[in-house]
Amino acid sequence: MTILKTVRGGMFGLAAAAAATFATWSVADGHGINLEGKTVEWVIPFSETGGSAKWANFYAPLLSEALPGNPAVVVKFMPGAGSTKGANWFQEQKYEDSAGTLIFGSSGSTQFPYLLGDPRVRYEYNDWNVVLASGTGGVAYLPPDLAARMNGLDASGLKDTDFIYGSQGATRLDLVPLLAWEMLGLNVEPVFGIKGRGDGRLMFERGEANIDYQTSSSFLKGVTPLVEAGTAVPMMSWGALDAGGNIVRDPTFPDMPTFKEVCESTPGCKTSGEQWDAWKAFFVAGFPAQKMVFLPAGAPDDAIATYTAAFEAVKARADFSDISARRLGKYPQMTGDMATGALASATAVPDAAKAFVVGWLKDRYGVSLK
Amino acid sequence: MEFTSVALAALGDAAGLIFQPPVPGYLVLGVVMGLCIGVFPGLGGIAGLSLLLPFMFGMDPVSGLALMTGMVAVVPTSDTFASVLMGIPGSSASQATVLDGFPLAKRGEAARALSAAFSSSLFGGLVGAAFLTVFILVARPLVLEFRTPELLMITVFGLSMVGILAGRVALKGIVAAGLGMMIGTIGEGDSTGELRMATYNMPYLADGIKLVIVGLGVFAIPEIVALLRQNRSISNRSPLGGGWLAGVGDWFANKWLSVRCSIIGVVVGVIPGLGGSVVDWIAYGHAVQTTPDKSKFGSGEIRGVIGPESSNNAKEGGGLVPTLLFGIPGSGSMAIFIGAIALLGSGNVEVGPSMLKNNLDITYAIVWLLALANLVGTLICIAASGGIARLTTIPFSLLAPFLFMIISFAAFQSGQNLMDLVVLFAIGFLGILMRRFDWSRPAFLIGFVLSNPAETYANQAVQIARSRFRKEFEAGIDYIFSPIVIVLIIITLLSVIVGLRQAKNTMAGGAVEHGGKRAPLIFLLAVLGYLIAAFVNASLIPDYAAADRVFPRFVSGVAIAGAVILLVQMVFRSETHPIFADRESVDADAPHGLWSTLAWFAGLLILTSLLGFIMALTIFLFTFIRTRAGKDFRFAAIYTAVGIGFMCLMARLLRRDFPPGLVQEYVNLPWPLT
Repeated sequence: MTILKTVRGGMFGLAAAAAATFATWSVADGHGINLEGKTVEWVIPFSETGGSAKWANFYAPLLSEALPGNPAVVVKFMPGAGSTKGANWFQEQKYEDSAGTLIFGSSGSTQFPYLLGDPRVRYEYNDWNVVLASGTGGVAYLPPDLAARMNGLDASGLKDTDFIYGSQGATRLDLVPLLAWEMLGLNVEPVFGIKGRGDGRLMFERGEANIDYQTSSSFLKGVTPLVEAGTAVPMMSWGALDAGGNIVRDPTFPDMPTFKEVCESTPGCKTSGEQWDAWKAFFVAGFPAQKMVFLPAGAPDDAIATYTAAFEAVKARADFSDISARRLGKYPQMTGDMATGALASATAVPDAAKAFVVGWLKDRYGVSLK
Repeated sequence: MEFTSVALAALGDAAGLIFQPPVPGYLVLGVVMGLCIGVFPGLGGIAGLSLLLPFMFGMDPVSGLALMTGMVAVVPTSDTFASVLMGIPGSSASQATVLDGFPLAKRGEAARALSAAFSSSLFGGLVGAAFLTVFILVARPLVLEFRTPELLMITVFGLSMVGILAGRVALKGIVAAGLGMMIGTIGEGDSTGELRMATYNMPYLADGIKLVIVGLGVFAIPEIVALLRQNRSISNRSPLGGGWLAGVGDWFANKWLSVRCSIIGVVVGVIPGLGGSVVDWIAYGHAVQTTPDKSKFGSGEIRGVIGPESSNNAKEGGGLVPTLLFGIPGSGSMAIFIGAIALLGSGNVEVGPSMLKNNLDITYAIVWLLALANLVGTLICIAASGGIARLTTIPFSLLAPFLFMIISFAAFQSGQNLMDLVVLFAIGFLGILMRRFDWSRPAFLIGFVLSNPAETYANQAVQIARSRFRKEFEAGIDYIFSPIVIVLIIITLLSVIVGLRQAKNTMAGGAVEHGGKRAPLIFLLAVLGYLIAAFVNASLIPDYAAADRVFPRFVSGVAIAGAVILLVQMVFRSETHPIFADRESVDADAPHGLWSTLAWFAGLLILTSLLGFIMALTIFLFTFIRTRAGKDFRFAAIYTAVGIGFMCLMARLLRRDFPPGLVQEYVNLPWPLT
């Protein structure tokens, strides 16, 4: 019954409405697809070296066991143009050509250009069918002397400092921390040109950068030793989303305040209005549903139900929380309604928020998305 | 001595790492491949490593390192076969071995020469590894102090080596390096994402050109095309003869010469850029100087074999010093090595200070692997010398299509786009011309590799320094001119002066050939044209994105200035001046023309765009073996089947598709024809 339950449909936006329509068919039809003897290709629009590769390589063997007929699941990499190349390619794929043997893994870097109207984007999330959404979180941290200037949760004491931050580019996930710090009134100068967040941490360790952020798994691995050695102090996490879409404390870092809490305590920073809405929209797009698995446009309900059930079976494994915490971190792995909802909130950024960020990127960093 | 204990623990960890089950297997595999590559004249470590690159993706780091280190370490061991038996240097590092090794072989003492050479190679390799161990131990605390200005300075130091690499005309080397750097800037800039010499209508270029393609294009393709044109016959190989033990005895009798030449090899290897092509000549010179009776040199003096062979394996250990400590490639093959490690570590391992800090065990694993590879390589060389020697008898026309196949596949893996092959062809053509007109290809490759670090470090250092200056003038000065930076500036200046003076004395590779004035002039004008186009293109980047404009404009400006001076010199110099070097005057005697040889490769490219890679390759392999190699129908069919089978197996293992052509747009074909 899991299958029927999971595709009952959602109440979130367009994608959910589509899923609801399929759900009616599912009830009428009533059985999933069998992939025995087939090979499922899981296309990742990045190179073999990134976080998406680790994520897909983690899930691939588990998915193979859970899918009916135990097909081989093969991860294929299609890097280029910051993942827009692979996503554009996936947009052109029709379900009939692959009959359930093609899935696509997107990431925050696929979402942001889509949201910002990058001219290279020729894909449309609403055409695709989400079957899994994996979340993550992020933590900002400071050197101890600067952290001491925070008055509890009030960050006003940091306003006079010149901050240097090693950044991968203002239009990438770094948009979230840069906008957050700006809202707190911090004067952060991003130094562009680093290749990954690990380089940012090294800059911080060398004392060249004096503010940084890492996604949760990298924070646990790379920054926790610094915190223990007393050379770094966590400032805030970006938080996590609860079922109602509110920002709450990150379950991985329950003792850390969220940016929302810090913002509320800092004069001049508002948790409402277009700036906040824009930040939240892009945070939601980039973190709580950072990596998603899709079936191509036109996938029938049977296929969606089969994959959803398979990912649920993976999640239901006795050892899942153990192995996933080790390799992915303690993040929600959403299927069915939850995934559809996550997709809707990750891709339906209000026009006002989008316009705000596009304008802000132009004014602040001279980035024009033309 | 906290750092000593850390290092010793890491040494132990490293030993543990390399004896895990699959690792020794990969090491032996790498050694065997390295021996094969070294045996074939002309192919060296760069071509070998480039071919390995696509297989590095997703490999366990230590296994991948075992494969690569195995290959790099033994090329100077096995290149001796060609030098001694055929009188052709197996790679640039054993040119001097030919002088006395070949006469010995002609006297029927090939086995004696080879075993003396292998003993020396093994000893040199071990000295290199030992030196590397100690050097890492001593230099690590210093290197960990490195910040962005220091990293920038060490990059500049690496670039300054281009002067030494340049060969006879220093200016040509500088322009070649500038051209390499400009090729490196193609695509989206790192700072603000502005496009340089690219458009979004060609997304391939926006991503920039990959190292695999440049490495294969500049080094592998020109050598293969040149060898294919010659198609050396097999008849003039000398027999091995006996005297294996006598050779080992020779080495032992000259062990002190071997020690000294090993040290020469290490020291020369440490200096980025000097490496390969000169170290054997320096060692040979030393062997001559220290021998009382000089009369036998050139006609079969065993010391003339021991000297160069001790030094050319030792230089690999020395060459790893700048590579591992600073991420500055000491030679062309080290440039590829650095790129490969970035692929291996899933982005977590990057050569240079961060590796010394976070992955000391991996750093030492490389050292262990180097020592072990030398040992294994020497043992295999001695045990299987008869078989390996026979490899030198394979006509190149049978080998070349196979190499073209692997090169195309390797290049295609970098972007999985037909454009990979087009760019490979273009860069390959550039490489052929650079080889022909004696423009330094190592300088070009090092410029390409250092282009990105030079640009990012420069931009970052400027930005961070500006912020410090805003705070306080002294803080900014302290940041930019740290003691390490000042020392590095002095070393760089010294190396430029010494290097330029030295370059005139070390005439690597013998005399220059000359042709007419016209061809070198046209090539220079084409290079100048590209540089000017790149300069104009960079100038069009708007002010708000100035960070992406400064570097390409500066580099192309310098290179343009160099090219203009060359142009003026060309007008006034006589055509016997090295500036007009043109190898074609010698290569023209080859049985096959340049264009017809190149046309084979172009044909493969065009067929691929029409029929897809596998079908094109089938036609290419079959026709080539039939017509160019002149084999019968059955041989060609079996050759083709084996080749295609090998490709499909590799693609299966790597989970890759092949480039589709026009046909695949209209017809759905089963794998691997898709």
